Amino acid sequence: MATRAPDRPAAPPGGPAPRSHRLGRRGLLHRLDVKGSPYAYIAPFFLLFAAFGLFPLAYTAWVSLHEWTLLSDTQEFIGLGNFATLLQDPYFWNATFNTLSIGVLSTVPQLLLAIWLAHLLNRPLRAQTFFRITLLLPNVTSVVAVVVIFSQLFGRDFGLINWVLSWFGLGAIDWAAGVATSHIALAVMIMWRWTGYNTLIFLAAMQAVPRDLYEAATIDGASKFTQLRKITIPMIRPTIVFTVIVSTIGAMQILAEPLLFAATTTGAGTMVTGGFDREFQTLALYVYEHAFTNFDFGYASAASWVMFVFVVVVASVNYLLTRRMRGGVG
Amino acid sequence: MGMLRPRLLASMVAALLTVSVAACGGSDGGSGAPSAAAPGEKVKLTVGLFGDLGFVPLYEEYKKTHPNIEIVERRAEFADHHNNLIKRLATNAGAADIEAVEVGYISTFTSTPDRFHNLKEYGLESRQADFLDWKWQQGLSKDGSQLLGLGTDVGGLAMCYRTDLFEKAGLPSERDEVSKLWPTWEQYIETGKKFAAAGVEGAKFVDSPGEIFRAIVNQAAVGLYDAQDNIVVSSNPEVKKAWDLSNQLSQNNLTAKLAAFSPPWNTGFAKGSFATIICPAWMTGFIQEQAADASGKWDIAAVPGGGGNSGGSHLMLPKQGKHPKEAAELINFLTSPENQAKVFKEEGTFPSIPALYDDPAVQDFKKPFFNDAPVGKIYSDAAKALKPQHLGPKEAEVRTAVANGLGRVEQGQQTPDEAWTQVLSDVGKIK
Repeated sequence: MATRAPDRPAAPPGGPAPRSHRLGRRGLLHRLDVKGSPYAYIAPFFLLFAAFGLFPLAYTAWVSLHEWTLLSDTQEFIGLGNFATLLQDPYFWNATFNTLSIGVLSTVPQLLLAIWLAHLLNRPLRAQTFFRITLLLPNVTSVVAVVVIFSQLFGRDFGLINWVLSWFGLGAIDWAAGVATSHIALAVMIMWRWTGYNTLIFLAAMQAVPRDLYEAATIDGASKFTQLRKITIPMIRPTIVFTVIVSTIGAMQILAEPLLFAATTTGAGTMVTGGFDREFQTLALYVYEHAFTNFDFGYASAASWVMFVFVVVVASVNYLLTRRMRGGVG
Repeated sequence: MGMLRPRLLASMVAALLTVSVAACGGSDGGSGAPSAAAPGEKVKLTVGLFGDLGFVPLYEEYKKTHPNIEIVERRAEFADHHNNLIKRLATNAGAADIEAVEVGYISTFTSTPDRFHNLKEYGLESRQADFLDWKWQQGLSKDGSQLLGLGTDVGGLAMCYRTDLFEKAGLPSERDEVSKLWPTWEQYIETGKKFAAAGVEGAKFVDSPGEIFRAIVNQAAVGLYDAQDNIVVSSNPEVKKAWDLSNQLSQNNLTAKLAAFSPPWNTGFAKGSFATIICPAWMTGFIQEQAADASGKWDIAAVPGGGGNSGGSHLMLPKQGKHPKEAAELINFLTSPENQAKVFKEEGTFPSIPALYDDPAVQDFKKPFFNDAPVGKIYSDAAKALKPQHLGPKEAEVRTAVANGLGRVEQGQQTPDEAWTQVLSDVGKIK
């Protein structure tokens, strides 16, 4: 649809009238080509963004101001009523806490681990491609497969992890029944999928760091760890900022992991509540519960909007924090 | 976006409108009034189910007499199936030609009669005499004027138990003697305590309290809803009684903490992790599937507390289907007395046709897997004894809220009183 745009330009109303027909028209076409084409080339993104990003966002805001359920044909305007109910709902704040907790537990170790792995790989190695592909493999695995397998590993009665823990006198942990244990289990699943991906991004950035810096540091007697701290990390800071923001946004929107974890441990009845006591119900799951099992679209839209604000706030805070890393390392 | 010139924005908006208009045009395919297919024309019917209802052999048979009909069955997980159906009805796209609806959701759908065809238009009112009266009533619209669903099975209650585990615990294992152990739920719990005291390695008395709660509530005259569709969880003493009894199982550590239909529960069948399980007729097919190598170890006794119904389904005809006439014929076929009898023998789901209950073919039917238990007789007796109960539009949601409370007690996170307070507050929010 976008390629059609340049060949039917609307004549600008105030444009100069064609003086001598041939030359004037060609001049006009040329000017339009130069000025208009760039917009036409980027139009596909903006058109799709408008249709699938901007419009839903605005429409959700509109829906959130109504008492709007799926099977009812009438929608009543209730202003900010949904937001008022939402902010008083302890389950909503519980979901907010769970989201932040799972987010921190998964993102922080994940990015540290990714930097360390990238550092290890950022040297002449045999079978480099093999290692890199291996790192990316968990990421291309379906999330359903990952959660189903990990739920078995974290199984209470016959799980591998509890079996190993039993050697040390621990074990029989009901991972899905506790707040901390379920958050750890979910964080492990998320880390499994995303560490390799972030490692590759870090590795790409590290390879752009000039080699002679390391050579000079080696001559000066700096250890590998010092080199990582004093050279690598400051040099790849923009990449770190990028991964922190992307991971934060991802972590704030976790849905599939808790949903499937509940379905495979505490049963389908707890799928949208994230456990019997909402131990691991995230914000996205909270929205899902209200939209697609209660069909309360107005309320779910309000929750989505508040969630959107949270994502922006948390991502901004993290952006500011990571940018200030400069002070610590420089 | 700030750099966009107004004229470009205008053309973008125009393009966007074109796209969205085109999208709208594509989606209202099935909403017109479709007519019957011409004779001999190929017709494809989809049947949407939430599990195996044992229809597959029937499709083959149907195709022999109706060579132009192609039948595709699609199955989804229980809650997904029903929630998806709600979405598909609301968006008027994507529903199957025939949709199965479980009894916990039937009121949800019969309260929106404009989304379904009235089966009376296809002459199916004539089937009324075949069915259990309450099963027939459940398929009617609120005002009783339209017939929206035709019953498949009913879930008369029984109790399945592992004979080998009972023997290990020194309990009687013969089914009549086992039935005598627990005329009431209190005696069922007492038996459980004896079972636990015997200390059978790796086995608990029952899988989880959730389905027990459902069974006890279903035995009462009034359950989670009163006849006027008000939720009566907080005021109905029968609900509180069921709640207390179910929690006693957890508090005496008699449950295996395996949530019904979860993967660990399936493993529990294979490993023999629990000795008893509440057993509506449809559960027998499920046990047979999950505990395939435990043939002969399971048996079926009477349920404590008298008759009751748990589960069972209706087949409904969404308006958006293109071939309602053919689909209605197929519904008629799938729910016919002889086919319900066939499905019962294969799959275990029990007919909603009372005439069959005294039919020797059903009455004398035994299942080798369950130690040659006379399943025909057991479930006929159960179905005759049960008292129908009114189910409300949000039945499934209310049940989930209570089940989560039972789970919190079972996991030891809350006392029964704390959990009950939370259940009442959760149920109060259900609109």
